[in-house]
This record gives sequence, structure tokens and C-alpha cells, in this order.
Amino acid sequence: MNSDMRPGSSRMRLRGLIRKEFLQIVRDPSSIAIAFLMPIFLLLLFGYGVSLDSEHIPLALVVEQPNADTADFTAEFDQSKYFVTSYYASTREAEQAMMAGRVNAIVVLRRDFARTLRRSDGATIQLIVNGVDANTGRIISGYVQGAWGSWLAHAAQKRGEVLQVPVQMQQRVWFNSELRSRNFLVPGLVAVIMTLIGALLTAMVMSREWERGTMEALLVTPLSMREVIIGKLLPYFILGMGGLVLAVGMSLFLFEVPLRGSLWVLFAASALFLVTALSMGLLISTVARSQFVAGLIALIATFLPAFLLSGFIFDIGSMPTVVQVITHIVAARYYVAILQTVFLAGNVWGVILPNALALAVLAAVFLGLTWRNAHKRLE
Amino acid sequence: MNAVNQVTAPPAPASRDNGVALVVSQLSKSFLIGKRRIQALHDVSFSVRYGVVTGLVGPDAAGKTTLMRLAAGLLVPDSGAISVLGMDAATESLAVQGTIGYMPQRFGLYEDLTVQENLDLYADLQGVPEAARAERYRELMHMAGLKPFARRLAGQLSGGMKQKLGLACALVRQPALLLLDEPTVGVDPLSRRELWDIVYRLVREQGTSVLLTTAYLDEAERCDDVVLLHEGRLLDRGAPAVLRETMRGHTYRVTVAGMDKRVLQNRIAQAPGVMDALIQGDHVRVVMESDAPVDFAALCPAAVGIEAAAVAPRFEDSFVALIKAKTRGDEVSSAQMTTTTSPPLGRATAEGSPQSGGVPAGVPLAAVVRERVDTNQVQQRPNVPPLPNPLPAGERGQDQSARPVIEVHNLQRRFGSFYAVNNISFTVSRGEVFGLLGANGAGKSTTFRMLCGLLPPSGGTLRIAGADLRHAAAAARARIGYMSQKFSLYENLSVAENLRFFSSAYDLSGARRRQRMDWALQEFELASMAELTSGDLSLGYKQRLALACALMHEPEILFLDEPTSGVDPLARREFWSRINALAGQGVTVMVTTHFMEEAEYCDRLAIMAAGEILTMGTPGSIKAQARTAAQPEPTMEDAFVGLILAHEQQGVAA
Repeated sequence: MNSDMRPGSSRMRLRGLIRKEFLQIVRDPSSIAIAFLMPIFLLLLFGYGVSLDSEHIPLALVVEQPNADTADFTAEFDQSKYFVTSYYASTREAEQAMMAGRVNAIVVLRRDFARTLRRSDGATIQLIVNGVDANTGRIISGYVQGAWGSWLAHAAQKRGEVLQVPVQMQQRVWFNSELRSRNFLVPGLVAVIMTLIGALLTAMVMSREWERGTMEALLVTPLSMREVIIGKLLPYFILGMGGLVLAVGMSLFLFEVPLRGSLWVLFAASALFLVTALSMGLLISTVARSQFVAGLIALIATFLPAFLLSGFIFDIGSMPTVVQVITHIVAARYYVAILQTVFLAGNVWGVILPNALALAVLAAVFLGLTWRNAHKRLE
Repeated sequence: MNAVNQVTAPPAPASRDNGVALVVSQLSKSFLIGKRRIQALHDVSFSVRYGVVTGLVGPDAAGKTTLMRLAAGLLVPDSGAISVLGMDAATESLAVQGTIGYMPQRFGLYEDLTVQENLDLYADLQGVPEAARAERYRELMHMAGLKPFARRLAGQLSGGMKQKLGLACALVRQPALLLLDEPTVGVDPLSRRELWDIVYRLVREQGTSVLLTTAYLDEAERCDDVVLLHEGRLLDRGAPAVLRETMRGHTYRVTVAGMDKRVLQNRIAQAPGVMDALIQGDHVRVVMESDAPVDFAALCPAAVGIEAAAVAPRFEDSFVALIKAKTRGDEVSSAQMTTTTSPPLGRATAEGSPQSGGVPAGVPLAAVVRERVDTNQVQQRPNVPPLPNPLPAGERGQDQSARPVIEVHNLQRRFGSFYAVNNISFTVSRGEVFGLLGANGAGKSTTFRMLCGLLPPSGGTLRIAGADLRHAAAAARARIGYMSQKFSLYENLSVAENLRFFSSAYDLSGARRRQRMDWALQEFELASMAELTSGDLSLGYKQRLALACALMHEPEILFLDEPTSGVDPLARREFWSRINALAGQGVTVMVTTHFMEEAEYCDRLAIMAAGEILTMGTPGSIKAQARTAAQPEPTMEDAFVGLILAHEQQGVAA
């Protein structure tokens, strides 16, 4: 194609396109909403509303014959921040409460608790856990064991002894020492948000031009397809980075997620991922010519995988092998790994570089496909 | 002007292509829609001269837009080629796009950008040098009358102004060839006239070549050259005056004192040798197949005292003649289809099923159906249902003296502070065809929605068939039929399924439903395609099916919202002959339209603008208002434009 024949310069055409795009961004609240309101909404929802930690678990305590020993034992539960206790006179009543969903676990202290306590084979307590939500069930049973263990230690202390356990575990939790699920949810969420901003934004604005018939007019100007693509990528890259700054700021200052790596690595990786996400959006727009279809495809092909298959909530290592293979084409997967590392561990190049490379490869693939599929044609 | 010419001088005509701006040679293009291949253009060849306005004329689905897009390099032809200013549109599309101006159907404007910002954008994209812009903008703003609105958002402009801004954007770098796709759809007649003035000034002052598409046949007469397309094929080409002159001596104006015009039209249309008969205000306009002298008294013995006068031919006459000649040609080539004896009405299509018509294999069924339709009803039965028992004029008069079927008094509808309909009053009698004429945004559709009980009025009273719509909307609705602009068909259901659904929506069941469905299939000649998916029907057939659906419950009042936009002139004639028959049976018909010529078919009409009725009366009396010494024979459009101008001046004065 002989581009010398075209009047004007590429710079002038790009300037026109980009200026137009920014004017539209300013005037049309929907892009602003996607880039800035959606991160705020999602972060607040996940930061406050969703927590994988279990606290305030409703626990039923059945003490068949209350006395000093049982009071000593149950005090351990009453004082724990993990449990909200309620007392029932009989196992039957407690079971009814569990059926009705009022409690998630029952601890039964038998009539002979005080007596058997002092025997050599020790006392038995019964724990009934609601296992419908397997994850919560495991957590509850762990917590109960923890409470029981710490009661044993206290009891030994009171008697002036040291609890004799042959093997002692010295536990250190690295990276997220408080074990706050928010600390890894929020960085993962940033990845989901960036996926949405990138893919949804470009897919929607391109299809909007098709819908309103303006694309047809654009195509019959001396613009080249390269200019059309750059003219869309650049403005929404800037908008997306704005959304990123907002999301990172909220993570650091509102949710107090530690940032152990450098901010520059974080932004560089995010820029790379944003290009990948924007290219996915552009690729979608080469197939979908209505905003409705483009929005749906963007949600199903980019947002859901980013949510479910990126390791953001669900550990990739425990997925079936087939699904694990599929996760390799989910760009968010690499970005989540980088984000969680940079936020919680630091600049661990051994993690960051391979993942960044994978992102670069995906960006090249998506852009290349867009390049191949986008013609200055209507069909 | 000098600065602009220096910067963007169009390539010198003669140097490139012997005075031809665009050459279309043996162009074919088809699209795959679902599993069906639609042939949009079929072996079309023509050329467009430099420095003139060429009109690409035809109904919807003629292939006009496809041809424009091929010329702009937006599509690649299946075979054949388009050469634009000496360059191949498919292989050198970027170079072509650097020299032409193109305005797509919806003007290609960014509605959330201001007028100035739209111009800036297109100036950047078209590479207009900064130094030349101020002068060019001044010219364009002046030309389009947009100066006072430079800072207004394009989305807030009226239809006519959007159209002019779209044109200004296409002209921002003076193009050698300007392509305008349906530039005048949805704009009022006044704006249409202004657009034509601009286009001709461009051609005259700057030597621009213009190719535009239009479905309005009256507009075609304003072009220097026309190219007639019909169903993807070239019908004819040439100067409109030349094409029109072929019909000289074929056209008459016929009146019979004391005879209803609909009865007269029906009689004449069925007489031998008559190609076309149209109601035109208070008379019937007749087009004969030959230019031999006609004895109308012999032609139509029932009409006592018939008077006929020769009138000037119109462009539409030649278009209709061409389509009929073409379909007749098709008929001869597929010999067994021709039947010289007139079959009883409503039978022919049912008997001669499309597949039996000697049609070559591999042709899409819908296309065959369309061909057959043209041949059948156009050739042998220009008018489908005969009037049962033509009422003498006196009786009709008596009918009209009864209580009006529709009474509208000081009707208002407000949206916020904006009056979409402002204080309108009118009445419609039984069996009357009443038209609402106006541009987009005049308040026609809002009025209609109130009449149908879909939108509560903000003020005034409204009585339909004696029932106040505010209190008895449901009762009134059972007595009205409504056919909307988009036809409201379920396109993925078959013809029969659509009919069945609409009957059940109107509570018809059992024997009654069967009877009505049989009636619809017979009456509208849909029996042979009862099982076809309605989305695959041609536009004319969709329109027919939509009318059938609206008539399933035998309504007393029929509302038609822009019923014939986009269909070809033959389908429009056929549609109106049905409407006339219904009116003859006492059905009251209300119709909205922006086709000026269609207004002629109405008994009475109201011209609306900005929510008000500017004038009301018979087509003849409305045209008479516009009669001046300079304009002894004003058209409906002349009358309309005159009224709008007078209204605007009034507004300025007040």
C-alpha cells in the first residue's frame, strides 16, 4: 500500500483520534465508570465483604453438668475471637440449632467430664461440625483443636507443670504473617480489575463505533488500521493506568496490604498486563459489532477466567490437570503471580521475570491476531 | 477559495480517466446471511461522469449501499471491479480513501462531540493543513448554516442539521468525488432542499463529482444522471428527463364527477392497457402501456361522464414501467408461468407454487418468491381485492356525517418542559383515510401512541370509537389494529406462526381463528409461503404479513405508522390498493408518512411540525394554498415547505 499518496501525516491523524477519544471519555460517563468506579466498588466489596478467614463462628456448647472444670474449659471458647458461643441444655436442642443454621458447630461436655478429667486416660469431648461448606468445616475443627490445645497448656500451667508433648511444632508464617486473607485477595483483585478495565473498555468502545455507524466513516478516511488500533490502545492505556493507581492506592492505604517489592516493578508489570488486556478487548471487537455482544464476550472470555482460573482465589495447583493446562492461556494468571509476589514477598526476580515473559508473549499473540483480523473492511 | 484550492485541488479530470470519475464494470457481490447467500449486486456496469450529480436510485435491498461501500473500498467485490478516479477501489483502497469524501447512512458523526470538534477530527484524519483550516471551516460553516451551533453537541442537533454537519465533515478536505449514502433519509423536505442546493453549489463552483443514493423517486429527478437499481440489477441509466420523456403521451389525469375516487381508481386499474393508476388528491393519475390515444369512456364504461386530460410524465412512471418490463421479460423467459387468462383473485400464487415456475436450481427461495410476486400481482392484477360493492358517492357522504370515529380535542403531550404534541384537534370519520404528514420529530409518532392508548396524554381529550381512552383503553384497543414502522413481526417464526400468534394475542381461538387465518393466507396471497420464516421474506411481503397480522381481529380502526418506508413503488401501490379496499368497507385508517406523494392517497391530511398542526384539509385544498403565480401547479412538497417557512417566519416575528 502506497501511503505516500495520503494527505497529512500519521502524527496528525493519531492526534485527531486520540483527542477525540479523550473528549468522549470525558463526556461519556460509562468509560470513567468502568475505569474508576468499578475498581472502587470491587475493592470495597472484596476488601470488606469477602473474607476467607472465619471469625465469629456461632458455636453451641452443651454442658451436661456445669461445674468449675467445665466453666474453665468453656471460658477458653468464650474468650476466643473466633467463636460466638451459646449454651444449650441438651444435645438435642443444640442439634436443632445446627439444623436451623443458627450454629455451625457443637461441643458437648458429658456429665462425667470433671470426673474423667482426672483419670489417666483423660476426658472425651464431642465435636460436631457442619461440613456443608468443607472449607469452613475444616477451619472450625482446626480452631476448636487450637482452643482445646491452649486450654491444656493453661491447665498445666495452673498446676505448676509444663505440658509434656514429645514433638513441638515451631510455626512461622511467611509473607502474610497475620494470615489475613485480604492481603492476598486484594492484589489478586487488582488483576481482575485490570482485566475488566482493559478488555471491557476497548471491546465496548470499538463496538460502540460500529453500532453508531461512526466506524464506517472512520474507515473511509486515509487512516490505516495500525493508526486505528494505536488510537484506541493509547487513550485507554492511560485511563487503565489511572485505574491502576487508584486500585494500588486503595490497597496500600485503605486495606493496608504491605508492599514489599518496588512500586516500579509493580507498575511495569501492570503496564505489560494492561497492554495484554487491551489487546484482548480489541480482538473481541474484531468479532463483536454490538456493545451487548462485546460486553458478554469480554465478561465470559476475560473476566470469568481471570476470576476463577488465575489463582486469585482458587489455587491452580489443586485444579484438575486439564484445567491447569487451560490456565496457561489466562493472562491474569501470570499477573496475579507477579502481584502477589511484589506485594507480599518483594522483588523476587525468579517469579517476576518468567511471568512477565509469559505476559509479553500473550500480548504479542493477541495484538498479532487483532492485526490479522482487523481490516479496513466491513466484512 | 484560493487557499483551499491550492491545498486540496482535485486531480485534473482529463488527465486520469477521460472525464469519467467512477467506472463500475461487471460488478457482483453477495453476502452470506445465516445459511443463505444473498446476491446484493448482480453483474452491474456503469460509469459516473465528472462534475455532475449522479443518483443511484432504487428501493431498499436494491444494492445501493453495497455499491457505495464497494466504491469506498469498504467491501471487496466477488467479481468485477470499481475504478475510482483511475484507482482500483479494492486494491488501492487507502489511496482512494485519501481522495474521496464519504458520508455513510447515519452521517458518521460523533454525537458526544461538538460541531467544531467533529470538524477538527475529520480535518486531522483527512490531513487538512492547519494553515488552511480557518478558511475552510468558515466556508463550511457558512455553507451548512452551522456557525451559531459550533459549540453544540452533534447529538443535540436536529436531523437536518446533523445531515449538513455530516456533509461538512465529508467535505473538510475538498474531495474530487463525494459519495453520499441516503443523505436525505429522515430529514424534513426543507432540509432536503437545502442539501440539494449545497450539492449543486459544490458541483458548480468546485467541479466536484457527486454520487448519491436515494429511495425517493421525486429526488431522482434532481440528479443530472441516474442509475436505476432493482434487486441488485441495473435497470437503466441516463438523464432523468430522458427517461421520463419515454413516458410522454402515456399519462393522463382522470376524473368522474360524482364517483368516488377509490372506486374509479379500482375500475381503471383493472382495465386493459393500463399500466398504473394512482389516486392523486381528487383525481386519478393513469399511466397507459402505450402512447396510443385512449378512449376512456370505452375503457371504463361504468364511469359515466369520465373526463381525461393528458399530463406531463414523471420520473416514477418510467421507473415503474422499467420494473414491469423487466419482470415481464423474466416471465417470458420462464415460459410456463405466463397465463393470459386472469385467474380468480387470491388464487394464482397458491396454485403456482414458487418451485414450479421453471426457476433455475440454486436460486434462493426468497428471491424466487419475490420474482413471482412481481410477475403475478403486478402483471395481471394491479389491484388485489376488488371493492365488494362500490358505494355510490352519496352513501359514503352519509357515512361521513355520522359521529366521528376518532375525536381529538386540544391534545397535548409533554416530556419535561418539551411539548412533543401541542394542542392539536381533529376528527376522523368512518371509512376515511386520514394522514399525518411531517418530518421526524414533528410529533406524528407521539400522537399515534396516544391514539393507540400506549402513551397517556398530558392534556386534552381523546375518543376512539366512542370510548374515552383514559378510562376504557382495553375496550378501545380491541377495536383498533396497529402496524408499526418496523412491522413488529417475529422474524424467526414462520408466516403461519406469526398469524397464529397475533390471532391468539387478540383472543381468537378455535374455528374463528382458523377462519381468520385462512382468510389472511388467501387474501394476502401468503398461502404458498405459510411455512417460510418471515425474516426471509422480501420487504414488500413482510409489510403484507404485518398488515394481515394487524387485521386478524377485524378492527374498525387501522393505525399505520410509516407503513411503506423502504418498499419499492410497486409494493407501495399494492399496499395502498389494499388500504383503499379496507376504507371502502368502512374501516377507518390513520396513517403517518413522510412520503409527500403518499399523502395524495389520503382523503384528508394534517401537516405537522414541532408538535403542532400547521394545516389540515384534502390534498387538493392544501396544495391550493401554495398556489402562486410563479407556482401554478404546486406539489405537496412545495406546499409543505411553504407552510414550514411561513411557520418559522411567524416564530421569528413573535
